[in-house]
Amino acid sequence: MSFLTSLVNGLSLGSIYAIIALGYTMVYGIAKMLNFAHGDFIMVGGYIIFTCVSTAGLPPAAGILLAIVLCTLLGIGTEKVAYKPLRHAKSNLAVLITAIGVSYLLENLALLIFGADTKSFTNVVTWPGIALFGGQLRIQGVTIVTILVSLAILIVLQLFINHTKNGQAMLAVAQDQGAATLMGIDVNKTISLTFAIGSGLAAIAGALLCSAYPSLTPYTGAMPGIKAFVAAVLGGIGSIPGAMIGGLVLGIVEILSKTYISSQLSDAIVFGILVVVLLVKPTGLLGKVTQEKV
Amino acid sequence: MALLEVKNLSVYYGVIQALKGISFHVDKGEIVALIGANGAGKTTTLHTISGLLRPKTGEILYHDRDITKMPGAQIVRLGMAQVPEGRRVFADLTVEQNLRLGAYTRTDSNKTAATLESIYRRFPRLKERVRQPAGTLSGGEQQMLAMGRALMSEPDIILMDEPSMGLSPILVNEVFDIIKAVHEEGTTVLLVEQNARKALAIADRAYVLETGTITMEGKASDLLNDENIRKAYLGE
Repeated sequence: MSFLTSLVNGLSLGSIYAIIALGYTMVYGIAKMLNFAHGDFIMVGGYIIFTCVSTAGLPPAAGILLAIVLCTLLGIGTEKVAYKPLRHAKSNLAVLITAIGVSYLLENLALLIFGADTKSFTNVVTWPGIALFGGQLRIQGVTIVTILVSLAILIVLQLFINHTKNGQAMLAVAQDQGAATLMGIDVNKTISLTFAIGSGLAAIAGALLCSAYPSLTPYTGAMPGIKAFVAAVLGGIGSIPGAMIGGLVLGIVEILSKTYISSQLSDAIVFGILVVVLLVKPTGLLGKVTQEKV
Repeated sequence: MALLEVKNLSVYYGVIQALKGISFHVDKGEIVALIGANGAGKTTTLHTISGLLRPKTGEILYHDRDITKMPGAQIVRLGMAQVPEGRRVFADLTVEQNLRLGAYTRTDSNKTAATLESIYRRFPRLKERVRQPAGTLSGGEQQMLAMGRALMSEPDIILMDEPSMGLSPILVNEVFDIIKAVHEEGTTVLLVEQNARKALAIADRAYVLETGTITMEGKASDLLNDENIRKAYLGE
């Protein structure tokens, strides 16, 4: 039973990584940049919910909704102010370094406003969960909700991308910005939309992550952000199903190695797997080999 | 009356001047060819008209509107489409998704469906490959797809950049037949080609572009008989 419990917990943690990785992979695919500040949007979402629910006493649903809206706006704003001016910079490093700068800015703003002490987050999922096999297997409500939410996000995202004009425009911009412009697609708007979706998803991940692991600090988003990046690369960066699979694999491996091998070594194992996958298949699990055509 | 008018257009890539103040016009209902060697500035000209590049000086008028500084995506909405050099189909998307993206600016879904059907009638080979990723098509099929995609917006003018490039002689003829047919149905065409003989054969008028300057212009039939043109571009 403990194996099953670990597996379900891994699935749940992996679902959170997957939601974050979706944001990473979409922004990379469409805006061609690694938004290293992406993880910190989780933390921002967490603090917004914390403030709404614990300080202002609002219902959790209102807090989550507000966090999604504000993170979305913050994502659009960040892209406009910090990344867009560098879109045609000579070196890709310029925007990468800026993203790291945005990450530090967000973390230190949170430090300034909320202080360094750990806030105990109220679980936004009040459902206690279920017990199976006569109480031998207990699954927490937040675990189940996390898995279901990420599944729903994946389905909605796939429908959006494959069956709406904006979704098709995103795919077009991801492949060829010039040709997309010739179709009448506004590339700037499409990139804004991508950041909006990615940041909104980060807020949802924030709500789920802080509910499952109820402690909130200005650095809460940093490590999950890096792991989600690893998940995106593992799955093949730019690929949406890849991000999902990469996230799930990472979460399951992390929890299983924590349970059966060593808590201290779990991160080393997770990153070790990335190294092995990249050695065998440099484009990631679902990544495509792209050829430069002349 | 000129549908498209380019006045004194200069374009730079960094410090290199690609277009040195060129002027030309395309009247409604014409096929106008822009011929010239590799690197003469033909693609630069089309990219600038479509708003992918910004000129340093000069003006572009379309339907008597100044579109010089208009964003490329908006120019499409005024009824201009381009078949870019190298086709640039969306390789991971299916044939049908590519065609539907061509109608991105249209909101009349019933009429769009009718246009799609007419494209499939014109290009039966695309119809057989509706669900196939565009990247798996042959070069000729990709060229048909790129033309079909541009026609999906039902443009008033279509800019074609080297549509015959890399195709077999049979396919080249097919492509030129399609250009003629599209033109006969009322679409104005600005055709950029290295295949000067073919281009001049179907064009009404033509301009010769040499290292960023227009060196000759006239009726296509006159240029076809011009001795300098025959030597420089027709290999005689």
